[in-house]
Order: sequence, then C-alpha cells, then structure tokens
Amino acid sequence: MTASIAVSTEALVKTFGTNRALDGVDLEIRSGRVLGLLGPNGAGKTTTVRILTTLLRPDSGRAFVAGNDVLADPHAARHAIGLSGQYAAVDENLTGYENLYMVGRLYGMSRADASRRARQLLDRFRLQEAAERPSKGYSGGMRRRLDLAGALVAAPPVVVLDEPTTGLDPRGRMETWEVVGELVDDGTTVLLTTQYLEEADALADSIAVIDQGRVIARGTSDELKAQVGGERLELVAQEPEDLAVVTQVLDEVGSGSPHTEERARRVQVPVEVGPKALMEALRRLDAQGIEVYDVALHRPTLDDAFLSLTGRAAGRADGAAERDEVGGGHIEQGARG
Amino acid sequence: MSVITAGARDSGVVAWRNLLNIKRNPDWLLAGTVQPIMFVLLFAYVFGGSLGGAQYREFLIGGIFVQTVAFNSSFTVIGLANDLQKGIVDRFRALPMSRVAVLLGRTTSDLAVAVLTVAIMSVCGLLVGWRIRGSVTDALLAYAVLLLFSFAMSWVGAFIGLISRSVEVAQSAGLLWLFPVTFISSAFVSAENMPGPLRAFATWNPITVTADSLRMLFGNPVRVDRLPPDAWPAQHAVPYAVGSALLIIAVFVPLAVARYRRVASR
Repeated sequence: MTASIAVSTEALVKTFGTNRALDGVDLEIRSGRVLGLLGPNGAGKTTTVRILTTLLRPDSGRAFVAGNDVLADPHAARHAIGLSGQYAAVDENLTGYENLYMVGRLYGMSRADASRRARQLLDRFRLQEAAERPSKGYSGGMRRRLDLAGALVAAPPVVVLDEPTTGLDPRGRMETWEVVGELVDDGTTVLLTTQYLEEADALADSIAVIDQGRVIARGTSDELKAQVGGERLELVAQEPEDLAVVTQVLDEVGSGSPHTEERARRVQVPVEVGPKALMEALRRLDAQGIEVYDVALHRPTLDDAFLSLTGRAAGRADGAAERDEVGGGHIEQGARG
Repeated sequence: MSVITAGARDSGVVAWRNLLNIKRNPDWLLAGTVQPIMFVLLFAYVFGGSLGGAQYREFLIGGIFVQTVAFNSSFTVIGLANDLQKGIVDRFRALPMSRVAVLLGRTTSDLAVAVLTVAIMSVCGLLVGWRIRGSVTDALLAYAVLLLFSFAMSWVGAFIGLISRSVEVAQSAGLLWLFPVTFISSAFVSAENMPGPLRAFATWNPITVTADSLRMLFGNPVRVDRLPPDAWPAQHAVPYAVGSALLIIAVFVPLAVARYRRVASR
C-alpha cells in the first residue's frame, strides 16, 4: 500500500443471514480526496462504513485506514478516523459544548485541550451561540453540524460521512455541503455515502456506485456521465398533428433515432452539439410554420448514469429492470425515491 | 497510559455524561426517589399495623433499602438500552476509548444515584421510627455492603440492557424479574412462614442476606419476632452478602462486556 492511499478496502464480504450485504467491495481513496459512495437504500453503503469504523467485522476481506489494518489494530484505526453518522448521534441532553468536550476527553485529550478544541469547533461550525444550550433544542441542520464537529474533534486524517444530509431540509443540506467543502480544503480524506446523486456530483472527486453489495461503476462524475452518452434535445409540439414533422426534423438534426411520447407530444433525440442542433431544429420547424410548446436541452445527470448502470432509478431498490428501454437509447429521467 | 488508568478516566467521562443526563431530566430521578418513600410509608403503615407496629417498621427499613437499590438496576437497563437505540453507543464504539468505559461509567453513575436514593430513604426511615442502634463503624459498613450490592445489581442490569431488543423490552424486562427476586426474600416479611421451596430460595437469596446484614449492623431486629437467625446464610450474613455481591460482579461483568463487544446498534 502506498502512502498516498488513505483508505482502502479489499474484497469485503459481509452476509446477514441469507442477505449478502457486501459481495466483494474494493475501494481506494487517495489522501485528501473525497470519494462518494453512491447507491440506493440497502446497497451496502452503511455496512461498508460500519466495517471501516470498526463497528462491524466483515466475513472476509481487509480494510485499511491511514495505514492501520482495521481488523488487526482497530484501536489505531479508531484514532485515525472520525465518523459522522446517518442519524446524528449527539447526546441531546448535553449542550453543544459538552458533547464536543466529552468526545475530546474520550480521544484522550487533557481537560484543557478538550475544552479549547470544543470552543474552536463550535466557532467554526457557527454554533457558538447555541453552545450552552442542550442540543435537544437544535434544528436538524445544527444537530448535524454538531455531529460533524464531533467527527473532527481529534482532527483525524480520515472522516467518514454516512449520508450526512439524509432527512435535512434544503437549507440544512446546503450548510452541510459547505462544511464538507471546508473539510476538503483542510486536506482531510473523506468517504461520503449518499443516495443523492447531485450530492456526490457536487462534493466528490470520484464516485463509486454501489448496488446490491457490489461496486458496479467507478470514476469521476464526468466519466460516469460519459458512460450514459451526450446531450439530448427535447421538443414538445403545440399540436398533436405536428408530432410527425417534429420527429422527422429531430431525426435530421440528431445523432441517433428520436424517441416519441405521443400523449405528452414530446420528442427526444441524442445530439452531438446541443445548442447548434437546437437552433437548427427550431429554424427548420419555423420554416414549416410549426409551433413548439416547449423546448429543452438535457445534459446527462448522474440519475441517468445510475439508471443505465443498475437498470433502476436511484433510491428505488425494488425497481423493475428498465434496461431494455435504456439500451434502446431512450433514457427516462431517473426519479429520486 | 496504562489500560487501567485509561479505563478509569474514560469511565469517569461517561459517568459525568450520564449524571448530566439525569440532572437535565429530573423527572426521571423522581421515580427513583418517590418509589422508595412510597414503599416505606405503605409497608410501614398498611402492613405495619398487622405485622408488629414499631418493631416491624424497624425490621422493614433494612429490607426496603435492599429492595430499592435492587430496583435501581432497572435504571442501568433503561439507560443502556436508550444509548443503544439512539446510536450513542455506536459513537462510543467508534472512538478510541476503553472498551469497558461505557458499562463501567454507567454502573458508576447509577451508583451515585443509589447514594442519593439511600440518603433519602434513610431520612424517611428516621421519620417513621427507624434508628441506627449500632456503632458508627457498623453503620458505615452497612452502607458499604448496601452500595456494593447495588453496584452488583447494576451489572446484572447492564447485561439485561444489552440483550434487550428495544427500550420497551428493556423497560419491562428490567423490572419484571425483580418482583419475584425481591419478594421471595425476608425483605418485607420473615421467610419462616413461606412454603418449603420459597422458604429455601428466600433463605439463600442475596436480597435476604443483604437485608439481614443491614439489620445486624444497624442494630435492628433480624426477625420480626426478634428470635435469633437459625439458617446458615443468616448466621454469616455480612460475609455471605459481600461474597454473593462479588460473585454477581464476577459473573456479570464478563457477560456484559462480552455482550457489549458483539452488540450492534438496533
């Protein structure tokens, strides 16, 4: 293992009864990078996190955190890793300050050091005004920030954020994203699990897509999107009888065959250079006197990538296989469950 | 830092956190203090009249003390089950802290609660006519035996809390077993009039013997009829009580620690 790899797992397998939660998971995160572990509920994200944070032993495979073997030397691994859980595990009867002070003491800090560090983190996470109030009265976003601060008390080289924004309102989510951004600026290595595709897109340097206990794709956000293909041009006809002409025009300007949804009067086609194809299509339709009700140019999203990789929309573990449709070049916008 | 000092320090931090929790939820403590007062008054005046009046009240207090600290073990059960359910235990387990600190911290803070409960009961006992008639040393020894027993019961509670599948289960499981164990003893009435098997159980029950130890050390009657104790455990009450408390600790500390290592958040 080279020094620049902060976290790695090798062929992790974990079964619960007959359910194979992890089926050979290999991950690698370089120091100072953010890996987004993306997958629907039950894909194995939390199981992976629990193994890395020594809460669970795998049936087989190995895991390393900052050079420490998680299985052989869990105590050293715990020193090197900070965990912020899916459900904020702050003690709601303790104040923000007391929560952080306690964690500092349990990391082995002296009273003075733990106290100083707690104050520092409260300032940094904009919790200083709430510092002396029991965290019971905090908003969801504040609690999550406190939980994040708890993961950073000992300034560990590796931080694991297990679905840091699940259940937060948009404002809380934005606040959490900012904090993750700051973490990365400090050079911390971050493993981020999420089922929100735009979250992985916004925060992660690279993404591993996990489904049914296996990593089914990995790469940067752009690489994953490239697997899905380029842009798509979408037009909605004003009148149903215009559909045939619209379809024909899109067939001419597009780089593939158009897909028509008659009821919605909508036609989609993959295109090579979006704006150019858009203008050309509108010009030709205008020349024939055909009115267009709506027009859109879609860049591929990670939703599309997830759909084409798993055959289901993200967040829907039980979705029926829609791979045929995707294979035919018709990409449904993945709805988040 | 050695394993032992690290364990003691981490346990201290956890105990501090637990006591803060109790301080911020005083209504929770109310149950722990009102119940013993209620028991003292109910037994002293509802049963007391039929069972020997002032003499019964003096006999009773030792039993109530032991029964109350035994019931306090349900605080350990519920406290741990709560921490498990809320993910606090996971947070602790992911920290590089001593493996026994969550449990030792919990039993230690519950011991502090027991000290408070015993103090309240002592005042209550004095009000209904109970008196410490022995020496100061004996009285201090009596309190020490009582708190050791309380600590031992707390470890039983820790084990029950860790095997309970939910807080609701913990709540009933933590209390249910205590009723037969405390009532089939001479905590409230002498064991002499119980039928054979119950009497045998009561005679050897640590609750009985701990209560007998307290009565002896406080200079209170060991039997309501003031006859000298005839069973072997009662004749060796203090060493038997201390020994059984140590045995409970020796059995349940490893059981609870082993369970803690395996337990995952629920």
